[in-house]
Amino acid sequence: MRARTNLNTRTTLACLALAGAAACGDAAANGPATSASTPAAAPAVGPAAFTDYDGAAVAGGPGAGKRFGIGSAAARTAIAAMDRDVGPDGAELPPGRGTVAEGRTLYTAQCAACHGLNGEGNEPTYPRLLGRVADAEGFKFASDPKLPHTIGNYWPHATTLFDYIRRAMPHPQPGSLSDDQVYALTAYLLAQDDVIADDATLDAAALRAVKMPYADRFRPDDRKPTAAPAAARP
Amino acid sequence: MTTPPKLTRREMLAGTAGLVGGAMLTGLPLEGQAPEPAPAVPPDATKLQGAPTAPLGARSPFEAPTRAPSGATTGSSLTPLQDLSGTITPSDLHFERHHAGIPALDPARHTLTIHGLVDRPLTFTVDDIRRFPQVVRTHFVECAGNGRAAFRAPKPEMTAQQVAGMLSTSEYTGVPLATLFREVGVRPEASWFLAEGGDACVMTRSVPVAKAWDDALIVWAQNGEPLRPAQGYPLRLLLPGWEGNINVKWVRRLELGTRPWMTRWETSKYTDPMPDGTARQFTFELDAKSVITSPSHPDTLARKGWHAISGLAWSGRGRIARVEVSTDRGATWHDAEFLSRPEPKSPVRFQYLWEWTGREATLLSRATDEAGFVQPTRTALIAERGLGTDYHFNPVLGWQVARSGQVTFFAET
Ligand code: HEC
Repeated sequence: MRARTNLNTRTTLACLALAGAAACGDAAANGPATSASTPAAAPAVGPAAFTDYDGAAVAGGPGAGKRFGIGSAAARTAIAAMDRDVGPDGAELPPGRGTVAEGRTLYTAQCAACHGLNGEGNEPTYPRLLGRVADAEGFKFASDPKLPHTIGNYWPHATTLFDYIRRAMPHPQPGSLSDDQVYALTAYLLAQDDVIADDATLDAAALRAVKMPYADRFRPDDRKPTAAPAAARP
Repeated sequence: MTTPPKLTRREMLAGTAGLVGGAMLTGLPLEGQAPEPAPAVPPDATKLQGAPTAPLGARSPFEAPTRAPSGATTGSSLTPLQDLSGTITPSDLHFERHHAGIPALDPARHTLTIHGLVDRPLTFTVDDIRRFPQVVRTHFVECAGNGRAAFRAPKPEMTAQQVAGMLSTSEYTGVPLATLFREVGVRPEASWFLAEGGDACVMTRSVPVAKAWDDALIVWAQNGEPLRPAQGYPLRLLLPGWEGNINVKWVRRLELGTRPWMTRWETSKYTDPMPDGTARQFTFELDAKSVITSPSHPDTLARKGWHAISGLAWSGRGRIARVEVSTDRGATWHDAEFLSRPEPKSPVRFQYLWEWTGREATLLSRATDEAGFVQPTRTALIAERGLGTDYHFNPVLGWQVARSGQVTFFAET
């Protein structure tokens, strides 16, 4: 079960031992086929420590300190065609707008078949989207697996809804909706789940301003790597 | 994984296959179970020529392990842990969990683009990726939802496959992501990157850049051959030890930035509600866990005497340091032996030899990793996170052995 150390790794290891990573990076002969266009070694840009199976950290992994000149410049247009993600600050939101009323029409036509007329879903395959109930308010989901998660009572960011619908829905024709339609559907789902007003219109600025009811409930992992929960031992 | 796996017809069939396997192990046909017709074999195989060579190998007709697929494009299929030995999962039995089916990708056209906070945005073909210095690593991938049904609603008739079958292990070949990040010149201010897949949901997850400088890989091969389509062919992001979903399959784009993107898969899904009314997010490392795979339901112990209790133990934080086995529901514990070398973020196969006296017994296993984390009981896990916790289930579980030798699932730890 030992990891096989290939020639490059060994070379790098030897270089590390002998002369330090930077010197090895400059010695083109140590790397795999390099061409005249190979750029000079770039300065290391992070605390690179590639964990080796044998416990010794091989800083940066095989070929550390090296640039190989492999790959081609990414075309702006190619990046733009893929780069459609929208983060929580909504910085990347596109132009466009849509109303709750437009969203209702779209939802009935393109979403209700799977997610239900009232967003109740058809679990387990088709997730519930809507339907906040009093019992499930207050973010008590840990106590009862049956409490229904909905967009309004769980999702921390409205931008996520926009991003996800635009990228993945409707399930049979992902990516087929215009930005206006995505704004409208986002508006409809947020209004139906009592996050925004029933007569709202969403555009980039309005969506950025939406605050989800339970946004402040999410917190990063705080587990301790060393200790199991109290009373772990049977 | 929002769906607690139901016992589908196919799973029942898989269960039947397991049953037959178990019966073969013990050499006894099981009660109430018509024995399957045995494959035809000559009375004496030394007296006639065997089968000729063939382009592709196949399993013995006596062995028919199967995954238990839910049958949906947003579904899952589980590894038949009870049928496997050692630590590697045969590639055709690796578990699946897809959010929009398995895309058909041409390796000649698929590319990986790295952009955002980098000095040189670059696009790599699959051939480009394979030109970098390679590494070979054995790691598990485990779905964050593995064992949800066994945790929330355990039933005696659950199999190892249903209890823990969203765990699979492969030997991967790939390039350290650090190598690619140096190639594009990741800027010092970049703290997160977005990984995006080329499937029909264009799956996205946010990853701290530190993972790239640690042990993240872009892999293209699994168990000596190109990745299976269901495992991300032609390229997959592999983040050793981290919850399955973030190991983005069919990876086509990495964007460097300064904050997580809060994608659907790290907000609506893969977050853990906590009893204090919060939800834990970005719970990446999978804590130490173990499962006994033999004996397991639906096996029946045919006779008293020595039995090898065997299973798998793994941790997303490093090596497994210790596995203990109890045969008396946790009253006493015994160190199991390792049958394979413990490697970081890679399962170890353990074994404990046990003499069954014919009395009722409860077999449990408990893993401790090198960081000192001890696999918790189900009671402790519920106390810490609640029964409604949605992912990351690693309670101590096991098997109840009846006087009859019948083995059923046991979760009340
Ligand atoms: C053919 C069935 C189908 C149709 C039509 C459909 N969806 Fe979905 N939707 C799904 C499935 C299946 C999932 C879960 C995907 C997964 O498991 O990752 C889903 C997930 C979602 C989610 C995420 C739910 C969550 O809890 O994370 C949202 C939001 C959503 N759909 C919105 C829409 C909208 C808006 C439309 C109409 C434009 C739509 N869907 C049309 C099947 C459908």
